Amino acid sequence: MSDHDLLSSDPDQEIDAHGVHYRDLNARIRQALQRGPCQRLALRHVCGQRYIGTGLRSHVRIEIHGTPGNDLGAFMDGPTIIVHGNAQDGSGNTLNSGEIIVHGRAGDITGYAMRGGRIFVRDGVGYRAGIHMKEYAARRPVLVIGGTAQPFLGEYMAGGVVLLLGLNLQADEPHPTVHVGTGMHGGVIYVRGAIEDWQLGREVGRAELEEEDRVLVERLVYDFAGHFGGDPQAILRAPFVKLFPLYLRPYGNLYAY
Amino acid sequence: MKSYLASRFVVLRDQERCIQCRVCVRQCGYDVHAYDSEAGDVFSCDERCVGCHRCVVFCPTQALSVRENPLSYRANANWRPEVMEDVLRQAETGGVLLTGMGNDKPYPIYWDHLVLNASQVTNPSIDPLREPMELTTFLGAKPEAVTLDPETGALATELPPQVPVAVPILFSAMSFGSISLAAQESLARAAAEAGTLFNTGEGGLHRSLHAFGEHAIVQVASGRFGVDPEYLEEGRMVEIKIGQGAKPGIGGHLPGEKVSAEVAATRMIPVGTDALSPAPHHDIYSIEDLRQLIYALKEATQYSKPVGVKIAAVHNVAAIASGIVRAGADYVAIDGLRGATGAAPKVMRDHVGIPIELALAAVDTRLRQEGIRHRVSLIAAGGIRNSADVLKAIALGADAVYIATAALVALGCRVCQMCYAGKCSWGIATQNPYLTRRINPSIGARRLANLLRGWSLEIQEMLGGMGINALESLRGNRLHLRAVGLSESEMRVLGVRPAGE
Ligand code: SF4
Ligand code: SF4
Repeated sequence: MSDHDLLSSDPDQEIDAHGVHYRDLNARIRQALQRGPCQRLALRHVCGQRYIGTGLRSHVRIEIHGTPGNDLGAFMDGPTIIVHGNAQDGSGNTLNSGEIIVHGRAGDITGYAMRGGRIFVRDGVGYRAGIHMKEYAARRPVLVIGGTAQPFLGEYMAGGVVLLLGLNLQADEPHPTVHVGTGMHGGVIYVRGAIEDWQLGREVGRAELEEEDRVLVERLVYDFAGHFGGDPQAILRAPFVKLFPLYLRPYGNLYAY
Repeated sequence: MKSYLASRFVVLRDQERCIQCRVCVRQCGYDVHAYDSEAGDVFSCDERCVGCHRCVVFCPTQALSVRENPLSYRANANWRPEVMEDVLRQAETGGVLLTGMGNDKPYPIYWDHLVLNASQVTNPSIDPLREPMELTTFLGAKPEAVTLDPETGALATELPPQVPVAVPILFSAMSFGSISLAAQESLARAAAEAGTLFNTGEGGLHRSLHAFGEHAIVQVASGRFGVDPEYLEEGRMVEIKIGQGAKPGIGGHLPGEKVSAEVAATRMIPVGTDALSPAPHHDIYSIEDLRQLIYALKEATQYSKPVGVKIAAVHNVAAIASGIVRAGADYVAIDGLRGATGAAPKVMRDHVGIPIELALAAVDTRLRQEGIRHRVSLIAAGGIRNSADVLKAIALGADAVYIATAALVALGCRVCQMCYAGKCSWGIATQNPYLTRRINPSIGARRLANLLRGWSLEIQEMLGGMGINALESLRGNRLHLRAVGLSESEMRVLGVRPAGE
């Protein structure tokens, strides 16, 4: 079922968030999930409420209409959150599993320290997105950004996958970002379009995509287009570059033992 | 490069007593002792000795002793041996000097300049052997006021989450990674036995310790290692680590060689990678941001447990603590200048931060002045060595204290300060299974629970001597302290009068 089919049917439950404090809103979300089987929960008139879905362990699909506040889906384990609007700072902070799909832009530190799950942002993201992402065993978090990123994308990155598409850029227009992957010691960042060496952290190497990279990027681009529309083949036609950590232990020689 | 450093210790082996059993060869984590099969005797390479006494204690014939190298330098109050040795070590490596444990420099230890009161004639003392003594402490924010239901007499005010501890002594944050799992399990078991809490540090909660979740404070630090909803649910309290007394203002690097399979699984990171905890939390740049994380954790745990904040004691600690209280923390842990660590740059450990006694007094005073002291519990950390220090901390305003070095000493640690090397002969600060097997968690727990029992008996004795039967009555009661040998300004900060006055 595509996003479109889901939107045309009615959600199982709805909450009108107008004027509701985040604490009450989250309590009502938990109540709604306890009341009975709820696969889809719509939140209407959301206006800056923080922590929506924070710490939630469930497989519910939450549709947010409006603008959720900071720390959307922090520490979350399982749910899918779809935002029809922009997301603010700290979306997916320490995300464990689940998905956050933002039909708009997302703010600073999107995906901070996420260890699993996936975040798709249709437009751009703020500063330090994907900072300290990690991975563990089968959990490999994914952050896909349709637009561009502010500086320090993937800073201190220790694992996972970041895909930066730059769909709003003209052909050959360079990515307007710097310090990408500063302190990176794990994971991989794929960038579509032009990015110069001086825009990268010192710990970052660049390479052509290999077959397995291409398969991964293709899958993510198809998923991206599934969420937000667009022609995946057209997106994939542009050049991609792979950024990877040069050292597993960037600060290994800092100390006297 | 040939090292110009002379050996720090001299290993003395009494050849008359030595039976070539080679226990020392096996016990030393630093490969000091070796057996020469041709000569048929045991010899030592003194330059590697760190003075941990493991071989001395385990030699069955007491043939061994270790002494500081009596090597004399030309006396110089400025260029002391340690200063010169540090220069040499850096000339030979070009790196940041690392060290372990707490500040070893002779800064004043204010505990040793504070004396406690006792009853004489009036307000007679209480005999704890025959009368009840209340040491139970409730950690968590307290309400402005309480109301009772007039009908039933039951409490009508909804209380913020409270965590009772039977003794006001908690084990401070020591992660699995910085210490061995056996050492951490010893702490967990002892905490359960004594009715108190241990702290996971930022290394996650190993699955074998989930049974002790009721006695765990789970830490959330900048690296977010091991933090997932389950971890937050398991713990009794959640602690946001902002800073640590041994290294205020910087993060931590657990080197890849200590990230064993088990450490990796608990932190949820790949084996062998460096676990880098950045200096700041990247979602915290202000008190408002801190509030955001505090409430994110409260939301994630559905307001069911206290969420506290640990900071290092630094110059403006009182104002910072006030901000933390206003940000909604349920407790504030303050770690002083002498707080220990598994690894820190020596220059930070020895020169950054302020002593816990002054920090604690300043924070308690400030929070009282602002009328918000009841909104948090205060936990004092960094340099608590015995039950008298505990009681003095409580009289200065702490609700409870954290101990770490004292607990490790109970497990055998000799404060050799080599924890960062990962070779600890006592099986504490190492992940080498040959060494960690030395700690049997049930015996370790016995030693720690004994220590807590001894201290709590002494606390009861001292309280009884003051004519007090509940720890609560001593909390922040600085009239029970007097200063000996302190300046006016020190006494002003401590809020303590001089002895005799
Ligand atoms: S066991 Fe400790 S004291 Fe004995 S030789 Fe080895 S380092 Fe020195
Ligand atoms: S824990 Fe081990 S290495 Fe660290 S100071 Fe104690 S004995 Fe030395």
